[in-house]
Amino acid sequence: MNELRQLARKLLADKTVGVVIGYEEGQGAVTRPSFATSPEQAEKLVFDARCVQNLASYLSPRRSTVRSLGKPAVVVKACDAKALAGLIREAQVKREDVVVISVACGGVLADPRSGKALSEAMVADRCRDCDGAHTSLADHKVGQAKAPAFGSPKVDARLAELQAMTAPQRFAFFKSVFSECTRCNVCREVCPMCFCARCMADKSEPQWIESSPHLRGNFAWHMLRAMHLAGRCVGCNECERACPAGIPLSLITRKMQKVVSERFGYSPSDDPNVPAPTGAFRLDDAQEFIR
Amino acid sequence: MSTATAIENKSPASAGRFEPRIAAFVCNWCTYTGADLAGTSRVQMMPNVRMVRLPCTGRIDTAFIIKAFERGADGVIVSGCHPGDCHYSEGNYHARRRFAMFKELMNFMGIDERRVTFSWVSASEGRKWGDVVDETIERVRALGPFDDYKTLLEETP
Repeated sequence: MNELRQLARKLLADKTVGVVIGYEEGQGAVTRPSFATSPEQAEKLVFDARCVQNLASYLSPRRSTVRSLGKPAVVVKACDAKALAGLIREAQVKREDVVVISVACGGVLADPRSGKALSEAMVADRCRDCDGAHTSLADHKVGQAKAPAFGSPKVDARLAELQAMTAPQRFAFFKSVFSECTRCNVCREVCPMCFCARCMADKSEPQWIESSPHLRGNFAWHMLRAMHLAGRCVGCNECERACPAGIPLSLITRKMQKVVSERFGYSPSDDPNVPAPTGAFRLDDAQEFIR
Repeated sequence: MSTATAIENKSPASAGRFEPRIAAFVCNWCTYTGADLAGTSRVQMMPNVRMVRLPCTGRIDTAFIIKAFERGADGVIVSGCHPGDCHYSEGNYHARRRFAMFKELMNFMGIDERRVTFSWVSASEGRKWGDVVDETIERVRALGPFDDYKTLLEETP
Protein backbone atom coordinates (compact mmCIF):
# COMPACT_ATOMS: atom_id res chain seq x y z
CA MET A 1 0.00 0.00 0.00
CA ASN A 2 2.75 2.42 0.97
CA GLU A 3 4.64 1.50 -2.16
CA LEU A 4 1.57 2.33 -4.26
CA ARG A 5 0.96 5.66 -2.50
CA GLN A 6 4.60 6.61 -2.76
CA LEU A 7 4.63 5.89 -6.47
CA ALA A 8 1.37 7.81 -7.05
CA ARG A 9 2.68 10.75 -5.01
CA LYS A 10 5.86 10.85 -7.07
CA LEU A 11 4.03 10.61 -10.42
CA LEU A 12 1.70 13.43 -9.42
CA ALA A 13 4.38 15.59 -7.81
CA ASP A 14 6.69 15.57 -10.80
CA LYS A 15 3.72 16.09 -13.10
CA THR A 16 4.38 12.89 -15.05
CA VAL A 17 0.62 12.37 -14.89
CA GLY A 18 -2.39 14.53 -14.18
CA VAL A 19 -4.41 11.85 -12.47
CA VAL A 20 -3.84 8.48 -10.85
CA ILE A 21 -6.82 6.22 -11.29
CA GLY A 22 -6.89 3.77 -8.42
CA TYR A 23 -9.06 2.65 -5.52
CA GLU A 24 -10.06 4.34 -2.29
CA GLU A 25 -12.24 3.46 0.68
CA GLY A 26 -15.89 3.84 -0.17
CA GLN A 27 -19.00 3.85 1.97
CA GLY A 28 -19.41 0.76 4.06
CA ALA A 29 -16.80 -1.91 3.63
CA VAL A 30 -16.31 -1.50 -0.10
CA THR A 31 -13.71 0.29 -2.15
CA ARG A 32 -14.51 2.56 -5.04
CA PRO A 33 -12.63 3.99 -8.01
CA SER A 34 -10.52 6.96 -7.05
CA PHE A 35 -9.10 9.81 -9.10
CA ALA A 36 -6.12 11.34 -7.36
CA THR A 37 -5.05 14.61 -8.96
CA SER A 38 -2.62 15.91 -6.33
CA PRO A 39 0.17 14.32 -4.28
CA GLU A 40 -1.96 14.76 -1.13
CA GLN A 41 -4.82 12.82 -2.67
CA ALA A 42 -2.43 9.95 -3.38
CA GLU A 43 -2.65 9.21 0.38
CA LYS A 44 -6.18 7.87 0.00
CA LEU A 45 -5.22 5.12 -2.45
CA VAL A 46 -5.69 1.55 -1.30
CA PHE A 47 -5.42 -1.86 -2.87
CA ASP A 48 -6.67 -5.17 -1.53
CA ALA A 49 -9.00 -8.04 -2.41
CA ARG A 50 -12.03 -5.75 -2.38
CA CYS A 51 -10.78 -3.80 -5.40
CA VAL A 52 -12.87 -5.59 -7.97
CA GLN A 53 -13.55 -2.81 -10.47
CA ASN A 54 -11.84 -2.81 -13.84
CA LEU A 55 -10.33 0.66 -14.00
CA ALA A 56 -9.35 0.32 -17.66
CA SER A 57 -12.97 1.32 -18.30
CA TYR A 58 -12.05 4.88 -17.33
CA LEU A 59 -9.53 5.11 -20.16
CA SER A 60 -12.17 4.61 -22.81
CA PRO A 61 -12.57 7.74 -24.98
CA ARG A 62 -16.19 8.21 -23.97
CA ARG A 63 -15.03 9.04 -20.43
CA SER A 64 -14.44 12.66 -21.37
CA THR A 65 -14.45 13.85 -17.75
CA VAL A 66 -11.57 11.54 -16.89
CA ARG A 67 -9.72 12.57 -20.02
CA SER A 68 -10.00 16.22 -19.02
CA LEU A 69 -7.93 15.49 -15.88
CA GLY A 70 -4.77 15.08 -17.94
CA LYS A 71 -2.53 12.14 -18.66
CA PRO A 72 -3.66 9.20 -16.55
CA ALA A 73 -1.77 6.61 -14.58
CA VAL A 74 -3.97 3.61 -13.97
CA VAL A 75 -3.80 0.87 -11.38
CA VAL A 76 -4.39 -2.45 -13.11
CA LYS A 77 -4.70 -6.05 -12.04
CA ALA A 78 -3.68 -8.78 -14.48
CA CYS A 79 -7.26 -9.04 -15.77
CA ASP A 80 -7.67 -5.28 -16.21
CA ALA A 81 -4.43 -5.15 -18.19
CA LYS A 82 -6.06 -7.26 -20.90
CA ALA A 83 -8.82 -4.67 -21.23
CA LEU A 84 -6.22 -1.92 -21.46
CA ALA A 85 -4.40 -3.94 -24.14
CA GLY A 86 -7.74 -4.23 -25.96
CA LEU A 87 -8.19 -0.46 -25.93
CA ILE A 88 -4.67 0.03 -27.27
CA ARG A 89 -5.18 -2.71 -29.88
CA GLU A 90 -8.34 -1.00 -31.09
CA ALA A 91 -6.68 2.42 -31.22
CA GLN A 92 -8.77 3.95 -28.44
CA VAL A 93 -5.79 4.68 -26.21
CA LYS A 94 -2.21 5.35 -27.23
CA ARG A 95 0.26 3.31 -25.24
CA GLU A 96 2.42 6.34 -24.56
CA ASP A 97 -0.57 8.31 -23.28
CA VAL A 98 -1.04 6.16 -20.19
CA VAL A 99 1.18 5.13 -17.31
CA VAL A 100 0.45 1.57 -16.23
CA ILE A 101 0.81 0.68 -12.57
CA SER A 102 0.52 -3.09 -12.23
CA VAL A 103 -0.43 -4.27 -8.77
CA ALA A 104 0.20 -7.78 -7.47
CA CYS A 105 -3.29 -9.03 -6.92
CA GLY A 106 -3.62 -12.64 -5.84
CA GLY A 107 -7.36 -12.65 -6.42
CA VAL A 108 -10.32 -10.42 -5.53
CA LEU A 109 -13.61 -11.12 -3.79
CA ALA A 110 -16.68 -12.17 -5.74
CA ASP A 111 -18.76 -9.91 -3.50
CA PRO A 112 -16.71 -7.15 -1.89
CA ARG A 113 -19.72 -6.17 0.26
CA SER A 114 -19.59 -9.50 2.06
CA GLY A 115 -16.77 -8.31 4.32
CA LYS A 116 -15.30 -11.82 4.19
CA ALA A 117 -11.64 -12.69 3.73
CA LEU A 118 -10.40 -14.04 0.43
CA SER A 119 -10.87 -17.81 0.25
CA GLU A 120 -11.67 -20.57 -2.21
CA ALA A 121 -15.39 -19.99 -1.68
CA MET A 122 -15.30 -16.19 -1.76
CA VAL A 123 -12.97 -15.52 -4.67
CA ALA A 124 -14.25 -13.99 -7.91
CA ASP A 125 -14.65 -16.63 -10.58
CA ARG A 126 -12.34 -14.92 -13.04
CA CYS A 127 -9.43 -15.20 -10.60
CA ARG A 128 -9.57 -18.98 -10.71
CA ASP A 129 -7.68 -19.31 -13.97
CA CYS A 130 -5.47 -16.25 -13.57
CA ASP A 131 -1.73 -16.70 -13.38
CA GLY A 132 -1.42 -13.54 -11.29
CA ALA A 133 1.69 -12.37 -13.16
CA HIS A 134 2.45 -8.69 -13.62
CA THR A 135 1.40 -7.53 -17.06
CA SER A 136 4.05 -6.93 -19.68
CA LEU A 137 2.42 -3.51 -20.16
CA ALA A 138 3.53 -2.44 -16.69
CA ASP A 139 5.53 0.77 -16.38
CA HIS A 140 5.64 0.26 -12.62
CA LYS A 141 5.17 -2.95 -10.71
CA VAL A 142 3.85 -2.82 -7.16
CA GLY A 143 4.16 -5.89 -4.98
CA GLN A 144 5.42 -9.39 -5.56
CA ALA A 145 3.27 -11.24 -8.13
CA LYS A 146 1.76 -14.45 -6.84
CA ALA A 147 -0.43 -16.95 -8.61
CA PRO A 148 -3.81 -17.42 -6.97
CA ALA A 149 -4.60 -21.11 -6.64
CA PHE A 150 -8.36 -21.51 -6.54
CA GLY A 151 -9.15 -24.35 -8.93
CA SER A 152 -10.96 -24.01 -12.24
CA PRO A 153 -13.67 -21.40 -12.91
CA LYS A 154 -17.15 -22.43 -11.81
CA VAL A 155 -18.66 -20.89 -14.93
CA ASP A 156 -17.20 -23.79 -16.92
CA ALA A 157 -19.22 -26.32 -14.97
CA ARG A 158 -22.39 -24.26 -15.53
CA LEU A 159 -21.54 -24.04 -19.23
CA ALA A 160 -21.18 -27.80 -19.42
CA GLU A 161 -24.59 -28.21 -17.78
CA LEU A 162 -26.18 -25.88 -20.33
CA GLN A 163 -24.38 -27.60 -23.16
CA ALA A 164 -25.85 -30.92 -22.04
CA MET A 165 -29.39 -29.55 -22.32
CA THR A 166 -31.48 -29.70 -25.48
CA ALA A 167 -31.87 -26.53 -27.57
CA PRO A 168 -35.46 -25.89 -26.40
CA GLN A 169 -34.31 -26.25 -22.78
CA ARG A 170 -31.56 -23.72 -23.35
CA PHE A 171 -34.02 -21.36 -25.03
CA ALA A 172 -36.31 -21.67 -22.01
CA PHE A 173 -33.36 -21.03 -19.71
CA PHE A 174 -32.35 -17.85 -21.52
CA LYS A 175 -35.97 -16.73 -21.66
CA SER A 176 -36.16 -17.03 -17.90
CA VAL A 177 -32.92 -15.12 -17.24
CA PHE A 178 -33.57 -12.45 -19.88
CA SER A 179 -37.05 -11.86 -18.52
CA GLU A 180 -35.30 -10.29 -15.50
CA CYS A 181 -33.43 -7.78 -17.69
CA THR A 182 -34.72 -4.21 -17.32
CA ARG A 183 -32.34 -2.90 -20.00
CA CYS A 184 -30.68 -0.57 -17.54
CA ASN A 185 -27.57 -0.89 -19.75
CA VAL A 186 -25.22 -1.18 -16.80
CA CYS A 187 -23.54 -4.15 -18.52
CA ARG A 188 -22.62 -1.79 -21.32
CA GLU A 189 -21.67 1.18 -19.16
CA VAL A 190 -19.31 -0.86 -17.00
CA CYS A 191 -17.70 -2.70 -19.90
CA PRO A 192 -14.18 -1.52 -20.74
CA MET A 193 -14.59 -2.69 -24.32
CA CYS A 194 -17.94 -0.93 -24.94
CA PHE A 195 -16.50 2.38 -26.02
CA CYS A 196 -18.67 3.43 -28.96
CA ALA A 197 -19.67 7.09 -28.79
CA ARG A 198 -23.12 6.01 -29.87
CA CYS A 199 -24.22 2.48 -29.16
CA MET A 200 -26.13 0.52 -31.77
CA ALA A 201 -28.72 -0.15 -29.07
CA ASP A 202 -29.43 3.59 -28.78
CA LYS A 203 -30.11 4.12 -32.45
CA SER A 204 -33.75 4.46 -33.33
CA GLU A 205 -33.71 4.88 -37.08
CA PRO A 206 -33.51 2.03 -37.87
CA GLN A 207 -33.99 0.53 -34.46
CA TRP A 208 -31.98 -2.68 -34.58
CA ILE A 209 -32.45 -3.40 -30.91
CA GLU A 210 -35.82 -2.67 -29.38
CA SER A 211 -35.23 -0.63 -26.27
CA SER A 212 -38.23 -1.78 -24.23
CA PRO A 213 -37.45 -4.47 -21.70
CA HIS A 214 -39.46 -7.24 -23.31
CA LEU A 215 -38.10 -10.66 -24.17
CA ARG A 216 -37.79 -9.95 -27.87
CA GLY A 217 -35.74 -6.80 -27.34
CA ASN A 218 -33.75 -8.50 -24.59
CA PHE A 219 -32.81 -11.44 -26.82
CA ALA A 220 -31.67 -9.03 -29.53
CA TRP A 221 -29.68 -6.98 -27.02
CA HIS A 222 -27.92 -9.88 -25.36
CA MET A 223 -27.17 -11.67 -28.62
CA LEU A 224 -25.80 -8.58 -30.29
CA ARG A 225 -23.85 -7.63 -27.18
CA ALA A 226 -22.32 -11.10 -27.30
CA MET A 227 -21.48 -10.65 -30.98
CA HIS A 228 -19.96 -7.20 -30.49
CA LEU A 229 -17.82 -8.51 -27.64
CA ALA A 230 -16.87 -11.82 -29.23
CA GLY A 231 -13.11 -11.98 -29.49
CA ARG A 232 -12.85 -8.66 -27.64
CA CYS A 233 -14.25 -9.48 -24.21
CA VAL A 234 -11.42 -9.98 -21.73
CA GLY A 235 -13.52 -11.88 -19.21
CA CYS A 236 -13.33 -9.33 -16.39
CA ASN A 237 -16.96 -10.20 -15.55
CA GLU A 238 -17.71 -6.65 -14.51
CA CYS A 239 -21.00 -6.87 -16.46
CA GLU A 240 -22.18 -9.77 -14.36
CA ARG A 241 -21.04 -8.19 -11.09
CA ALA A 242 -22.76 -4.92 -11.90
CA CYS A 243 -26.01 -6.45 -13.19
CA PRO A 244 -28.78 -5.58 -10.74
CA ALA A 245 -31.00 -8.32 -12.16
CA GLY A 246 -28.46 -11.06 -11.47
CA ILE A 247 -28.30 -12.22 -15.08
CA PRO A 248 -25.45 -14.75 -15.47
CA LEU A 249 -23.76 -12.78 -18.24
CA SER A 250 -20.45 -14.57 -17.77
CA LEU A 251 -22.08 -17.70 -19.21
CA ILE A 252 -22.48 -15.88 -22.51
CA THR A 253 -19.13 -14.10 -22.54
CA ARG A 254 -17.33 -17.27 -21.47
CA LYS A 255 -19.11 -19.29 -24.15
CA MET A 256 -18.06 -16.81 -26.83
CA GLN A 257 -14.54 -16.80 -25.45
CA LYS A 258 -14.44 -20.57 -25.90
CA VAL A 259 -15.86 -20.38 -29.43
CA VAL A 260 -13.23 -17.84 -30.41
CA SER A 261 -10.49 -19.85 -28.78
CA GLU A 262 -11.52 -23.13 -30.42
CA ARG A 263 -12.20 -21.68 -33.86
CA PHE A 264 -9.59 -18.97 -34.17
CA GLY A 265 -7.05 -19.93 -31.52
CA TYR A 266 -7.36 -16.62 -29.71
CA SER A 267 -7.47 -15.98 -25.99
CA PRO A 268 -7.64 -12.57 -24.31
CA SER A 269 -4.12 -11.20 -24.23
CA ASP A 270 -2.34 -8.31 -22.55
CA ASP A 271 -0.21 -7.87 -25.66
CA PRO A 272 -1.74 -5.10 -27.80
CA ASN A 273 0.13 -6.37 -30.85
CA VAL A 274 -1.78 -9.66 -30.97
CA PRO A 275 -4.44 -9.01 -33.61
CA ALA A 276 -8.08 -9.31 -32.54
CA PRO A 277 -9.75 -12.33 -34.13
CA THR A 278 -12.61 -10.23 -35.50
CA GLY A 279 -10.22 -7.89 -37.26
CA ALA A 280 -8.32 -10.71 -38.89
CA PHE A 281 -8.99 -13.95 -40.73
CA ARG A 282 -7.28 -17.02 -42.08
CA LEU A 283 -7.83 -18.32 -45.60
CA ASP A 284 -8.49 -21.74 -44.11
CA ASP A 285 -10.92 -20.79 -41.33
CA ALA A 286 -13.31 -23.70 -40.76
CA GLN A 287 -16.52 -23.38 -42.78
CA GLU A 288 -18.19 -26.71 -42.14
CA PHE A 289 -21.49 -24.88 -41.51
CA ILE A 290 -21.51 -23.16 -44.91
CA ARG A 291 -23.12 -24.98 -47.78
CA MET B 1 -41.50 -37.05 -60.81
CA SER B 2 -42.83 -35.33 -63.91
CA THR B 3 -41.99 -31.72 -64.58
CA ALA B 4 -45.62 -30.82 -64.00
CA THR B 5 -45.60 -32.38 -60.50
CA ALA B 6 -42.29 -30.74 -59.69
CA ILE B 7 -43.72 -27.35 -60.56
CA GLU B 8 -46.92 -28.17 -58.66
CA ASN B 9 -44.86 -28.92 -55.51
CA LYS B 10 -43.11 -25.60 -55.90
CA SER B 11 -46.24 -23.54 -56.21
CA PRO B 12 -47.37 -21.71 -53.10
CA ALA B 13 -49.84 -22.90 -50.52
CA SER B 14 -50.80 -26.19 -52.05
CA ALA B 15 -53.16 -28.24 -49.89
CA GLY B 16 -52.93 -25.98 -46.86
CA ARG B 17 -49.37 -26.93 -46.02
CA PHE B 18 -47.27 -24.55 -43.97
CA GLU B 19 -45.50 -22.01 -46.15
CA PRO B 20 -42.47 -20.69 -44.31
CA ARG B 21 -41.37 -17.13 -44.81
CA ILE B 22 -37.69 -17.01 -45.63
CA ALA B 23 -35.53 -13.89 -45.66
CA ALA B 24 -32.40 -14.08 -47.80
CA PHE B 25 -29.48 -11.71 -47.36
CA VAL B 26 -27.22 -12.00 -50.37
CA CYS B 27 -24.24 -10.23 -51.83
CA ASN B 28 -24.63 -8.23 -55.00
CA TRP B 29 -21.71 -9.69 -56.89
CA CYS B 30 -22.16 -13.45 -56.61
CA THR B 31 -25.35 -14.78 -55.09
CA TYR B 32 -27.65 -12.06 -56.35
CA THR B 33 -26.23 -12.48 -59.82
CA GLY B 34 -26.46 -16.26 -59.39
CA ALA B 35 -30.12 -15.93 -58.42
CA ASP B 36 -30.63 -13.75 -61.46
CA LEU B 37 -29.08 -16.50 -63.55
CA ALA B 38 -31.40 -19.01 -61.91
CA GLY B 39 -34.28 -16.85 -63.11
CA THR B 40 -33.07 -16.39 -66.66
CA SER B 41 -32.26 -20.11 -66.81
CA ARG B 42 -35.80 -20.87 -65.62
CA VAL B 43 -34.60 -22.93 -62.67
CA GLN B 44 -37.76 -23.95 -60.82
CA MET B 45 -37.77 -23.10 -57.13
CA MET B 46 -40.27 -22.37 -54.44
CA PRO B 47 -41.35 -18.75 -54.05
CA ASN B 48 -41.12 -18.33 -50.27
CA VAL B 49 -37.94 -16.30 -50.28
CA ARG B 50 -37.75 -12.52 -49.84
CA MET B 51 -34.38 -11.39 -50.96
CA VAL B 52 -32.35 -8.47 -49.68
CA ARG B 53 -29.38 -7.47 -51.79
CA LEU B 54 -26.30 -6.08 -50.08
CA PRO B 55 -22.94 -5.07 -51.46
CA CYS B 56 -21.06 -7.91 -49.76
CA THR B 57 -21.44 -10.59 -47.11
CA GLY B 58 -19.12 -8.37 -45.12
CA ARG B 59 -22.03 -5.93 -44.92
CA ILE B 60 -24.36 -8.57 -43.48
CA ASP B 61 -24.63 -7.71 -39.82
CA THR B 62 -25.93 -10.53 -37.66
CA ALA B 63 -28.50 -7.99 -36.45
CA PHE B 64 -30.18 -8.51 -39.83
CA ILE B 65 -30.82 -12.16 -38.99
CA ILE B 66 -32.26 -11.31 -35.60
CA LYS B 67 -34.41 -8.57 -37.12
CA ALA B 68 -35.72 -10.99 -39.75
CA PHE B 69 -36.86 -13.34 -37.00
CA GLU B 70 -38.40 -10.44 -35.09
CA ARG B 71 -40.36 -9.44 -38.19
CA GLY B 72 -41.77 -12.92 -38.65
CA ALA B 73 -39.29 -14.88 -40.74
CA ASP B 74 -39.31 -18.62 -40.14
CA GLY B 75 -35.92 -19.07 -41.73
CA VAL B 76 -33.02 -17.07 -43.09
CA ILE B 77 -30.56 -17.59 -45.93
CA VAL B 78 -27.23 -15.80 -45.90
CA SER B 79 -25.22 -16.19 -49.06
CA GLY B 80 -22.34 -14.63 -50.90
CA CYS B 81 -19.19 -15.21 -52.91
CA HIS B 82 -16.99 -18.25 -52.43
CA PRO B 83 -13.79 -17.60 -50.48
CA GLY B 84 -11.30 -16.01 -52.84
CA ASP B 85 -14.04 -14.56 -55.08
CA CYS B 86 -15.00 -11.53 -53.01
CA HIS B 87 -15.38 -8.39 -55.09
CA TYR B 88 -13.77 -6.51 -52.20
CA SER B 89 -11.06 -9.16 -51.79
CA GLU B 90 -11.73 -10.19 -48.21
CA GLY B 91 -15.23 -9.19 -47.12
CA ASN B 92 -16.44 -12.77 -47.09
CA TYR B 93 -13.47 -13.94 -45.00
CA HIS B 94 -14.43 -11.49 -42.27
CA ALA B 95 -18.08 -12.44 -42.66
CA ARG B 96 -17.21 -16.13 -42.35
CA ARG B 97 -15.71 -15.57 -38.90
CA ARG B 98 -18.72 -13.55 -37.82
CA PHE B 99 -21.18 -16.14 -39.10
CA ALA B 100 -19.25 -18.94 -37.40
CA MET B 101 -19.53 -17.14 -34.08
CA PHE B 102 -23.18 -16.29 -34.64
CA LYS B 103 -24.07 -19.85 -35.53
CA GLU B 104 -22.54 -21.07 -32.27
CA LEU B 105 -24.24 -18.29 -30.33
CA MET B 106 -27.64 -19.15 -31.80
CA ASN B 107 -27.13 -22.75 -30.92
CA PHE B 108 -26.09 -21.80 -27.39
CA MET B 109 -29.19 -19.63 -26.95
CA GLY B 110 -31.34 -22.53 -28.03
CA ILE B 111 -32.34 -21.11 -31.40
CA ASP B 112 -32.49 -23.97 -33.87
CA GLU B 113 -29.52 -23.42 -36.17
CA ARG B 114 -31.34 -25.31 -38.94
CA ARG B 115 -33.42 -22.18 -39.46
CA VAL B 116 -30.43 -20.36 -40.90
CA THR B 117 -28.63 -21.47 -44.05
CA PHE B 118 -25.20 -20.07 -44.80
CA SER B 119 -24.01 -20.71 -48.32
CA TRP B 120 -21.58 -19.63 -51.00
CA VAL B 121 -23.30 -19.28 -54.36
CA SER B 122 -21.31 -17.82 -57.24
CA ALA B 123 -22.68 -15.85 -60.17
CA SER B 124 -22.56 -18.99 -62.31
CA GLU B 125 -24.30 -21.27 -59.81
CA GLY B 126 -27.92 -20.58 -60.67
CA ARG B 127 -28.80 -24.19 -60.10
CA LYS B 128 -27.10 -24.30 -56.73
CA TRP B 129 -29.12 -21.25 -55.67
CA GLY B 130 -32.31 -23.10 -56.62
CA ASP B 131 -31.15 -26.04 -54.51
CA VAL B 132 -30.22 -23.87 -51.52
CA VAL B 133 -33.62 -22.18 -51.64
CA ASP B 134 -35.58 -25.43 -51.96
CA GLU B 135 -33.58 -27.22 -49.28
CA THR B 136 -33.96 -24.35 -46.85
CA ILE B 137 -37.69 -24.08 -47.42
CA GLU B 138 -38.22 -27.82 -47.01
CA ARG B 139 -36.10 -27.90 -43.86
CA VAL B 140 -37.88 -24.93 -42.30
CA ARG B 141 -41.26 -26.28 -43.38
CA ALA B 142 -40.49 -29.46 -41.46
CA LEU B 143 -39.50 -27.40 -38.41
CA GLY B 144 -42.76 -25.47 -38.60
CA PRO B 145 -43.42 -21.79 -37.87
CA PHE B 146 -40.85 -20.11 -35.63
CA ASP B 147 -43.41 -19.53 -32.92
CA ASP B 148 -40.78 -19.63 -30.17
CA TYR B 149 -39.43 -16.33 -31.41
CA LYS B 150 -42.67 -14.82 -32.67
CA THR B 151 -44.33 -15.13 -29.28
CA LEU B 152 -41.44 -13.62 -27.31
CA LEU B 153 -43.21 -10.28 -27.13
CA GLU B 154 -46.47 -11.67 -25.79
CA GLU B 155 -44.68 -14.02 -23.43
CA THR B 156 -42.91 -11.25 -21.60
CA PRO B 157 -43.99 -11.58 -17.99
